[in-house]
Amino acid sequence: MTKQILFLQGNDVCVEAAIYAGVNFFAGYPITPATEIVERLAEQLPRKGGKFIQMEDEIASMCAIIGASLTGMKSMTATSGPGFSLKQEAIGYAVMAEIPCVIVNVQRGGPSTGMPTCVSQGDVMQARWGTHGDHAIITMTASNHQDVFATTVEAFNLAETYRTPVILLFDEVIGHMRERLIMPEPGEIPLIERLRTSVKEGTDYHPYLPRDDGRLPMSDFGGVHRFNVTGLVHDMWGFPSNNPNIAHGLMRHLVDKIENHVSEIAKVKEYYLDDADGILISYGSPARSARHVVENRRKRGIRLGLLELQTLWPFPAEKVRDLCSKAKYILVVELNMGQIMQEVKKAVEDPGKVFLANKIDGTFISPTDIRNIIRLIQGKGV
Amino acid sequence: MRTRIIFSGSGGQGVVTASIILAEAAVLHEGLNAVQAQSYGPEARGGATRSDVIISDTDIHFPKVNHPNMLVCLTQEAYNTFSGLIRPGGLLLIDRHYVKPEKKVDARQVELDIYKTIMKEIGKPIVFNICMLGAFITLTPLVKPESIIKVLAKQIPSDFMAMNEQALQIGQRMAEAYK
Amino acid sequence: MAVRDYIRERFMPHIWCPGCGHGIVMNTLIRAVENLGLRKNDIIMVSGIGCSARITGYLDFHTLHTLHGRALAFATGVKLGRPDLHIIVPMGDGDATAIGGNHFIHAARRNIDMTAIIMNNRIYGMTGGQYSPLSGYGRMATTAPYGNIDQAFDIVELAWSAGATFVARTTTYHAHDMVTILEKAIVHKGFSVVEVLSQCPTYYGRKNKLGDAVEMMKSYQKGTTPIGSNAKKQNPDLVERGIFVQEEKPEYCTEYEKIIQKVKGEKQR
Repeated sequence: MTKQILFLQGNDVCVEAAIYAGVNFFAGYPITPATEIVERLAEQLPRKGGKFIQMEDEIASMCAIIGASLTGMKSMTATSGPGFSLKQEAIGYAVMAEIPCVIVNVQRGGPSTGMPTCVSQGDVMQARWGTHGDHAIITMTASNHQDVFATTVEAFNLAETYRTPVILLFDEVIGHMRERLIMPEPGEIPLIERLRTSVKEGTDYHPYLPRDDGRLPMSDFGGVHRFNVTGLVHDMWGFPSNNPNIAHGLMRHLVDKIENHVSEIAKVKEYYLDDADGILISYGSPARSARHVVENRRKRGIRLGLLELQTLWPFPAEKVRDLCSKAKYILVVELNMGQIMQEVKKAVEDPGKVFLANKIDGTFISPTDIRNIIRLIQGKGV
Repeated sequence: MRTRIIFSGSGGQGVVTASIILAEAAVLHEGLNAVQAQSYGPEARGGATRSDVIISDTDIHFPKVNHPNMLVCLTQEAYNTFSGLIRPGGLLLIDRHYVKPEKKVDARQVELDIYKTIMKEIGKPIVFNICMLGAFITLTPLVKPESIIKVLAKQIPSDFMAMNEQALQIGQRMAEAYK
Repeated sequence: MAVRDYIRERFMPHIWCPGCGHGIVMNTLIRAVENLGLRKNDIIMVSGIGCSARITGYLDFHTLHTLHGRALAFATGVKLGRPDLHIIVPMGDGDATAIGGNHFIHAARRNIDMTAIIMNNRIYGMTGGQYSPLSGYGRMATTAPYGNIDQAFDIVELAWSAGATFVARTTTYHAHDMVTILEKAIVHKGFSVVEVLSQCPTYYGRKNKLGDAVEMMKSYQKGTTPIGSNAKKQNPDLVERGIFVQEEKPEYCTEYEKIIQKVKGEKQR
C-alpha cells in the first residue's frame, strides 16, 4: 500500500501528528503564528470524539489542559511568545504536580508583542527557565515537516513517560511553510501511554510515591482513588508539606527524573561530522539554511558538518562536546542573540572556537548569511 | 532541475492561494518536491503579499527564494519591489491592469490582460488567480493543467469547479502565444 | 455517613483562625452532599489559592488545589474530562473576582456545569489583610491604610449579568439556608454561583472594628434579609439573601457532546 502524501503547513502537520499520538483534549486561544493549530483542532477533535475549547485567555488554556490531563486525557495547547509568557505559571504547576501535557510555541519576534508575523527563536531560554523555581523541562524542535510529525508524537510520548510538560518550540517559518508530509501508517511510530496504577480500589494509593525507577503511576482523577493534587510542595499523599526532607526529596525527584535520562530523551541529527573541520550547530528552521550550506560545500570537497539539535532541553551537552571535539570552529546558527550558543560554549572544551551566525530582525537567515560568517571566521572577509 | 518562483501582489488577490495550488499539484500529482513559504503583514486584505515556491526533483532545504527564475507581479508595488530580483534569463509575468512596466529587466517579460479578460468572459474577479495560474503553467510547463484541476477539485465546492476550469483555460489560451 | 467521614483527618489541624467563617461553609457543604446522597467519588473539588482554597485538602473528595485565581480554568478542563461528575469550586472573593475575575465571568457565560462557592470575607486573609474587590469604599485594610477608595463588586449582579444560571447569596449565620441552597446549586445543571458572606475576624473584623466572630455573624443576621422582604422596602441598605436566579439554558458540556455526536467519524475534506 502506498503511503498517503500530504502538502501542508507545519502547523497543520503538528495537528496531524497530535491526532496520530492520540490527543483528545485541546484548549487554546488565537495567536499569530500558531492560530492554524487552534483552528484545525477545533475542526478535527470532535470528529475523533475528542474535545476542543477556546478559552478566555492563554492562562486559562494552560490550566484547562492540566485539568483535562489529570482525568486521563492526552492534552495539548498551542501559542506564541506573548501567550507562552502568560502560560508560564501554570507550566510550573504541571511540573510540580507532574501532569503530562504538550505546549506548542510557534515562535515569533519578541520581546512583548514584537513582530507577530515574523520568525524568531527568541524563546529558547524562556522554554527552559520561563516558570519560576528550579526545575527540569523537556523542549524539542524540528526543521522539516517529517520531523515536525515525529517530534510532536515524541513530545506526547515523553510527556506521558516522564509525567512532565513538554514544550514544542517551533517557529514561524516552520509553522507556515508548506512541504510534503509522508503520513506515517498507524503503528509505524510507537505510542506510549501513561503508566497507570495497579493499586485496586479500597487499597491505599500514594499518588506521589515514585517507584524505584523514578516513575510515578497515575490514577485518573475522578476514578476509584481519591487523592489531593497541589502546586505546593507535597508528600507522597499529595498533601502540602513544609518538611525539609520532603521538600528536598521532591526537588531532587523532579529534576533527576529528566536530567538523569538525557541520553534517552535528547535527540540530535548528524550530517558529515566524522571528518568535519567546521561544524554548524543549528535547530528549527535555520537548520535548513545550515544544511543547504553544508550540502553545497561538501560538493566542493570542503569538510563542513551539521549537528542538528532536535532536543534543546535537557541540553545534550556531553554529546555536543564529543561530536565537536575535533572541529577547528563551531558556528551556532540560530535566530536569537546566542541562546543556544551559550550552552554550546559551556559544553565544549574550548569556548573560544564557538561563533554565532544569527538574525534578530524578523527575517530568515539565508545560506549566504552563513557563508559570509564562515569566511569571517576563516579570516577571508565577506 | 530546480525552479524558484515568487508570486507577488496584494492580499485578497489570491496570490498565495494560487502558489499553494501550484506547489501542491507538483507534490501530489507530478512526483516532484516543492516548498511554499510566504511573508505577509498584519492585513487580511490589501498590503503587500509575497509567496515563494521552489519546485525541484531533489531535496529542498532553504525554503525562500532570493532570486527567482519566475516572477509574477500583480501590483505596481510588487513589481517595483521585486522585478530587480529576477535571475538573468528568467521570466516575468505581469498583468497590465495592475502593473505599468517601468524598466527593462534582464528577463523575458510577458504582459497579459488577465484581469480584463476574466472580467469580460466570466465577470467574477474571484477566479483571477486561477486564470493567472493557467497562464503561468503554460509559460513554464512544470505542472500539467490536469494536476491543477485535481487539486482544485479537492478544495472547491463542485458548483464552482466549472468556473475555475474555465478560468484556467482562459489563462492557458492567453499565454499560448508567448510559449 | 457521619460528618467526620468526609474529612481527611490526616490533614488536621486546619489553618483557619478561630472564628473564621470558612469552617461553617465546609460543615454545611458536607451536610448538603450527605443530604443529596452523593458518593465521595462523585465529587471533584477544584480550588485556587487563599484561606478558602484550603477546604479542598480537608475534604475526602477528588481534590485539586491549583493556582491563585485559576480554579475555574482548571475545573473547566476537569469537567470536560469527566462531565459525569459533580464539580465544586470553592473560592475566596479575591481569588474569584480579582485575579480570577476573567475566568469567573467566562465560566458563567459558558454555563458550564459546576458549582462556584465564593466565600466572601471582603479581604485577602492568607497574605494578611489587604483590600479585595469586595472590601468596599471607605473600609480599612493593610493596603488601604487611609481608607479604601475602590468600589466593591456585587457578586450576585456580576454572576447574573455574566450568564450564570443559578445565583444565590447566603451567610454563615444562615447555615440551615446554606445547606438547602448548596443542595440546589450542586444539582443545578449549569453554572451555579453561591456567594457566602463569611467572617474574617482576624483581619477584616479587626481592621474595621467590627468586633469578634460572634458579633460579625450577628451583623449578617441584622444586615441581611430574604429576597423581596418588606424589611428591604423599609431599609434599602439591607443585603438580600436567597436564590436570585434559577433557570435552564444550554449547558456547555452537553452542547459539546451534541457536536461530537453530529460530526464524529467525518473525514477531512
